[in-house]
Amino acid sequence: MIVAIVRPDRVNAVLTALFDTDVRGLSMSRIQGHGGELEFVRTYRGTSAKMVLQEKVRFEIGVSDEFVDRTVEAIRNAAHTGEVGDGKIFVLPVETVYRIRTGEADEAAVTPVPD
Amino acid sequence: MDKRLFEGAFVGLGLVAFGSVAAQGAQASPVDGGDTAWMLVATAFVLLMTPGLAFFYGGLVRAKNTLNTIMMSLGAIAVVGVVWTIVGYSLAFADGGALQAWVGGLGHALLAGVGLGPGKGGAFPDILFMAFQGTFAIITAALISGAVVERMRFGPYLAFIALWSLVVYAPIAHWVWGGGWLGDLGALDFAGGTVVHINAGMAALVAAWVVGTRHDYGRQAILPHNVPFVVLGAALLWFGWFGFNGGSALAADASAALAFANTMLAPMATTLVWMALDRAKTRRVTAVGAATAIVVGLVAITPAAGFVSPIGALALGALAAVPSYLFIQWRTRTALDDSLDVVGAHGLGGLSGALLTGVFASAAWGGTSGLIEGNAAQLGIQAVASLAAIAYSGLASFVVLKAIALVVPLRTDAHVEGHGLDVGLHGEDAYNTGEGAVLLTGGDLTRSPQASESFAAEEG
Repeated sequence: MIVAIVRPDRVNAVLTALFDTDVRGLSMSRIQGHGGELEFVRTYRGTSAKMVLQEKVRFEIGVSDEFVDRTVEAIRNAAHTGEVGDGKIFVLPVETVYRIRTGEADEAAVTPVPD
Repeated sequence: MDKRLFEGAFVGLGLVAFGSVAAQGAQASPVDGGDTAWMLVATAFVLLMTPGLAFFYGGLVRAKNTLNTIMMSLGAIAVVGVVWTIVGYSLAFADGGALQAWVGGLGHALLAGVGLGPGKGGAFPDILFMAFQGTFAIITAALISGAVVERMRFGPYLAFIALWSLVVYAPIAHWVWGGGWLGDLGALDFAGGTVVHINAGMAALVAAWVVGTRHDYGRQAILPHNVPFVVLGAALLWFGWFGFNGGSALAADASAALAFANTMLAPMATTLVWMALDRAKTRRVTAVGAATAIVVGLVAITPAAGFVSPIGALALGALAAVPSYLFIQWRTRTALDDSLDVVGAHGLGGLSGALLTGVFASAAWGGTSGLIEGNAAQLGIQAVASLAAIAYSGLASFVVLKAIALVVPLRTDAHVEGHGLDVGLHGEDAYNTGEGAVLLTGGDLTRSPQASESFAAEEG
């Protein structure tokens, strides 16, 4: 299980890289997070504010063990800008995963069905 | 007064020279209440077009660049409006002396001699003519912004449109409306097909090329973030355009009524054809397409508004859809990142309109015959005027942009472009939830220190 938090403007690059790596199953959500990056101050009329929460996008990807390294590599290359705030990639163990449609479990559940 | 280019050749063909914005000689007439009332309203209409354009363009860009795009139009109102009042109006409409064919003089700088009596425009106060024409200068400059959105820096953009309105817009306005050579030649440009749209379209072409493509252009699909804004903007533009074209009669008269009706009819025909082209090409009729078609139809009827019959306006609007549609389809596959298709909609739409004015002009409706009524030479004159605007606008816009680029960079850095120009350049978000916003009191408001430190400090 890979959880990756990236910049919104890198999402297209990450998706392209994942598809190029044959990672076909994933979900993403828009989140707000704080990663220690420099911020731009917002000013609306008399009110100045800094946004401590930045817009980010979180990918959750279930992959088999042999796919972990190349998936991490693809995300890292695509999401990298070199500035603070590029995000994080977490690799987590998964107890069990089922494919709802077929009831397959574990590796079979995260292996794409052949076209 | 110097010899005007082409004058002899075309007068020899027995043409009736008919200056576009008519009735400029009516200086002796008193102020007319009806004319003044219409021109007051029309001026407000045209000014509304620029905030309308802000919505049209603002909806077409990505959410992170909405406010920057809108500010490019609002900035044009502020900057070009002031520059126009100080000297632009004079360069367009004052007597140019020895250079009268090419550019106006400084006789009306700081509005010297521009008063409350009837003046250059007709039987309404001269100051109102200045204001009316100022709204044209503003929208023309703002139109160019569509070619450079999502990557041009705000300051250099403002510098560009300020200089451009003096170096490019004012002389071309003078050529056609201020007593310059194109008006004398007999070029028909009722409300600014050449002055506004061909001119802005050519400047947009040059600006898109000089500023360069957006980083994401050609790498990913860049989609409009708010299509209802685009439609709202097109609606406001159409509404304002009744003042733009109807007001260009410079009187509350029959010519204004004709221009008004034609401004209503031409975009309808354009939209109908555009929808059919959309249906044929993609099997889907799109709202962005329809909004674009409205603008293309309005652009195309602009030079023709007071010169063609209402049925001529329908035909003109229908025909003008085709080249702009095909060009925009083709442009997106090229290296030219004219992001919001200013060239296709305004440049090419303006060119179609200028040439078709020479085809459909009707002596019974507007006083001049076109190709259909046997006056083929009018089409030639329209082509000369169009080519002159294309050549001068292209060259002069290039020089102005390159001059600014010598002093300051025209583009934002890649980081700001990725993050969005709204936050990066303006310190605002178009859309935010307000969550995670920490109130700042005093201190350095330009850029906060490293967030983790300040966040820790705030939490105490």
